[in-house]
Amino acid sequence: MTNRPKLAVWKFASCDGCQLSLLNCEQELLSVAQAVEIAYFPEATSAEVDGPYDLSLVEGSITTAHDAERIEQVRAMSKWLVTIGACATSGGIQALRNFADVEQFTAAVYAHPEYISTLDRSTPIAAHVTVDFQLRGCPIDRGQLLEVVGAFVQGRQPRIPTYSVCVECKRRGAVCVAVAHGAPCLGPVTQAGCGALCPAFNRGCYGCFGPQDSANTASLAQRLLDGGMRPVEVQRFFRTFNAGAEAFRAESQRHESQGDRP
Amino acid sequence: MTARTIKVGTLARVEGEGGMLVEVHDGRVEKVQLNIFEPPRFFEALLRGRDYSEAPDITARICGICPVAYQMSACLAMEDAFGVTVPDEIRLMRRLLYCGEWIESHALHIFFLHAPDFLGFDSGIDMAREHRGVVESALRIKRAGNELMSVVGGRSVHPVNVKVGGFHRMPTVPELAAIRPDLVAARDEVLELVPLLAGFDFPDFEQPYLYVSLGADNGYPLESGALVSSEGLRAPVRDFEEHVVEEHVAHSNALHARFDGQLYVVGPLARYSLHADALSPLAAQVAHAAGLGPQCRNPFRSILVRTVELVYALDEAIRIIDDWPGCVAAVPVEVRAGVGHGATEAPRGLLYHRYRVDESGAITEAQIVPPTSQNQPSVEDDLRVFVQDRLDLPHDVLTQQCETAIRNYDPCISCATHFLCLRVDSR
Repeated sequence: MTNRPKLAVWKFASCDGCQLSLLNCEQELLSVAQAVEIAYFPEATSAEVDGPYDLSLVEGSITTAHDAERIEQVRAMSKWLVTIGACATSGGIQALRNFADVEQFTAAVYAHPEYISTLDRSTPIAAHVTVDFQLRGCPIDRGQLLEVVGAFVQGRQPRIPTYSVCVECKRRGAVCVAVAHGAPCLGPVTQAGCGALCPAFNRGCYGCFGPQDSANTASLAQRLLDGGMRPVEVQRFFRTFNAGAEAFRAESQRHESQGDRP
Repeated sequence: MTARTIKVGTLARVEGEGGMLVEVHDGRVEKVQLNIFEPPRFFEALLRGRDYSEAPDITARICGICPVAYQMSACLAMEDAFGVTVPDEIRLMRRLLYCGEWIESHALHIFFLHAPDFLGFDSGIDMAREHRGVVESALRIKRAGNELMSVVGGRSVHPVNVKVGGFHRMPTVPELAAIRPDLVAARDEVLELVPLLAGFDFPDFEQPYLYVSLGADNGYPLESGALVSSEGLRAPVRDFEEHVVEEHVAHSNALHARFDGQLYVVGPLARYSLHADALSPLAAQVAHAAGLGPQCRNPFRSILVRTVELVYALDEAIRIIDDWPGCVAAVPVEVRAGVGHGATEAPRGLLYHRYRVDESGAITEAQIVPPTSQNQPSVEDDLRVFVQDRLDLPHDVLTQQCETAIRNYDPCISCATHFLCLRVDSR
């Protein structure tokens, strides 16, 4: 088969975990490699097929001027561009710099900050170029990844639910850790996708998949405060792997000035 | 004057973004650089002000390939700061989760990142054209590791079940029993692949490495232990920074480490050479069958040492499941101000964390030293020595062998980027 769609996998600032999710599709990997031509995927292969590419999967956020240029080139070479994971979709954990002074960050980590070239913000891919689909998760779910790749190969919309983790939690039959144990849980405002993993392991959701469409973060935050959380704890709770996602960013900032420690 | 440059812009089949540059003038290797251009993510800085309990989940995000290593070192460091000792059973369950990560990570590196070099393919997937059975076996072995991590940790990339003091929920005996057959089958499949791996054509190349690893009282080093070296040092983990100093060089976004002023190596070669006597009988047999002696100083043969460790991790996982006595999920943690140190053996080698925490439990300082930044100077030294003796090789062959020499270390560039040395920082 010579006319297989060409797949490319790109990395920006990230941990590699989302592209690893593709290699973690152990039972499907060889079938995927037959359905698409893996044309550019440096983590897995030293072969490089030149663009243009039919489908580009983009992991990671934009944190350097060089990467801001590189993503433009990736876009220009790609028919469809899909972001995979929290870094690419909302800026990732490294977007915590957006709330701080990046020069202090650099000086804290490196003895010679002048060797380091970095932007003062970590931004999602969609802040720079048009994105055709955003796959959430820190990390992404490999079943959802296969659905997205399959959908683009077949020329249809991916079927990825946008309801909250609570729906998955009920469907799984897990005990509601917020109601039963009073555990802080972002499940009501977080998009589904993980299968309600944390409640099944007896802990509250910590928001890996980012805010759900119609997240009522203010109501949840009030409930957390009523349950005894301090404002700084509420702020930190919304400010982790999807700190740059608008609904979580806005809610975390509402609790900022009331913080009793940084 | 003749000049020659061996350059690879983007290294393939490594985790993260790096390149390589070797410059030769008049027959002498004058410059060797493993360039790390993965952008910095500033974990040590962004950890400041976060709660101690967040360290395992936040530092896991440094690396999607070895998140358990970060979670484990973070837990040990926090427990050290608070004076908490977890029961042996919690240590065992941590060891079991860690075995899952070793199985997954080693299977990925052996069969998909490193073996293609020796068999002459661009990738593991490409290798399936001629070695489909091998690749299918390798995928099942890798999957067994991922499944073990999912049972104990919830998922294989960034597990959710680890916390300071233990676990959020202990896996049940039926959950553990369900994974056992896949581990046994995976172990059998690795044994079948040993002759193939042992038959690779390894360059004749040895280096006088200083090896550093943990030394444990409960078997091959993994989730705990003291600091030991091939020069006979044995020291508590809290002395790590008295021996290791990192420096910041211009061509890399990672910091370079020295141990008592010397180049040193952490990871499978170090663990094996220091602790081969702690392997399980089956893993020791595999080492013998693969032609390994009591020590290994040829970095190209690290693929065999990883295979021995893969068998050990499968053996150890099965043993822990068979002997599992049950245990509470976690012990209570009482916060107090202080400093804590923690080190564990990531698949790529020793991973050190240190935190300072205030009386409210907030992190005020964090230092993390990952294995790849400790190995990076040795990677460059290997390239220097290796290339110097092989300048007559055709350019393509030499370039490819240099890439293989880098992959010997299974470098994790995502990990190596952006790590802090407060000692240097404060000068």
